[in-house]
Amino acid sequence: MDLHRHLDDELSSLRDRVLLLGGEAELALERAMYALTERDSEVAREVLEHDDRVDHLEVEIDRQCIDIIALRQPAARDLRFVISVAKMAPVLERIADHACNIARASIDLNNEPELKLVFDLGKMADHALAMLRAALDAFTSNDALTAREIIKSDSAINDLYNHIFHRLIELMVTEPATATRDARLLFVAKHLERIGDYVTDICELTVYMAEAAFIKHSN
Amino acid sequence: MAVQTMAPRVDVPERRDLPSVPSETPSAQTKISVRDLDFFYGRTQALHNIRLDIPERVVMAFIGPSGCGKSTFLRTLNRMNDVIPGTRVSGEVTIDEHDIYAAGTDVVALRRKVGMVFQKSNPFPKSIFENVAYGLRINRVTSSKSELAGRVEQALQDAALWNEVKDRLKTSALSLSGGQQQRLCIARALAIRPQILLMDEPASALDPIATSKIEELIFDLKKQYTIVIVTHNMQQAARVSDTTAFFLLGKLIEVNATEKMFTAPNEKLTEDYITGRFG
Repeated sequence: MDLHRHLDDELSSLRDRVLLLGGEAELALERAMYALTERDSEVAREVLEHDDRVDHLEVEIDRQCIDIIALRQPAARDLRFVISVAKMAPVLERIADHACNIARASIDLNNEPELKLVFDLGKMADHALAMLRAALDAFTSNDALTAREIIKSDSAINDLYNHIFHRLIELMVTEPATATRDARLLFVAKHLERIGDYVTDICELTVYMAEAAFIKHSN
Repeated sequence: MAVQTMAPRVDVPERRDLPSVPSETPSAQTKISVRDLDFFYGRTQALHNIRLDIPERVVMAFIGPSGCGKSTFLRTLNRMNDVIPGTRVSGEVTIDEHDIYAAGTDVVALRRKVGMVFQKSNPFPKSIFENVAYGLRINRVTSSKSELAGRVEQALQDAALWNEVKDRLKTSALSLSGGQQQRLCIARALAIRPQILLMDEPASALDPIATSKIEELIFDLKKQYTIVIVTHNMQQAARVSDTTAFFLLGKLIEVNATEKMFTAPNEKLTEDYITGRFG
């Protein structure tokens, strides 16, 4: 077998793994939000139990990246791909961690009376999920243009976060009895806002992979 | 010398299409400037319209598949191809703004200025001392024994060999290991104080430790010399060079900063080569 074909196979396997990890992160977020909006603590517990699988995948990807760098010494686009994946895997793992935090919050909230603002958080989560899916598609198709567009759309999540933040603060003032639940929802909103930032990181890595351009911290 | 042929069927763009060519006027720090260089082995054209500037005191690596012309090009820089019957060169190679192919060029003086180290170490069957002193003697560079000894010691130190051989300078050079022999050849080239050092795969026959010593040496030598190295080992090019030039089918495809070349080359042909897609 040609050496480059061997490398191609390994890169392809790495791509599959990172997409699998992306899919796991996406599913974790989707299910954590389902647990919150549908008040289903059983689903929340499943999200938490499943997190080991996500951690395991991240470690596998780490090892695979190190092996490829050590043994194949990739260059140019191959190197950019491996570096991007190596940096992307922990980002995806952190997204799954935020999903777990949302799941934990939902277990607590589901034991108490429901708050209307959960609906707004659902909208925010839908946007974050759509961004994540689009970012993974852009990564798969090496599409820097779409990645740049997705980065711009993060401002919508930030706007939603600010809106929810102010609503929850108002609620805490006007209905102090709900303060504990409001605070928990505030954390959920913050987790979603952070997920938007992580999706931005993924898109920046996709731009680097496709164009060798560093756009991080470039506004 | 037969021209090596190569297999990959790729379309090499004409030079004028390439973005990585030097400007018309060499920059102030340019040591070697090559313009419109063609080279022929008989009727076979081995180099096509090469244009390249090599700055002073940098390490430039030439990479490319076998038969791409990188060694042929290296040898045009000190007219080593002159000794091959049936070869012909056109275009311009200037070193310090002097055309080395101009009529009346003192080729011996040129080769004093542009030293060369070959793939296979080729020490003379003489003592270590005499190997290094040889060039100094035939060029009558030194006027006394002590000056000669001083220049030999300096060359051996510059080649990072002095500490290993200082107690056995009179023993045969052939008793040295392969890596030491290659560093001795570098010392021999350095003894006459060239300004440019051409290295044609200087570590290809050496083990990793000896290779590492040669690479460290190259790194140290670039403070004083302009170094041009041909290598088949892309990791070596990445490790030792400041700039890298990629040749294919006798054409210069791309010249770029080494870090750019190995992370984001401008040309697809370069990318295909360094990622192992052909060659």
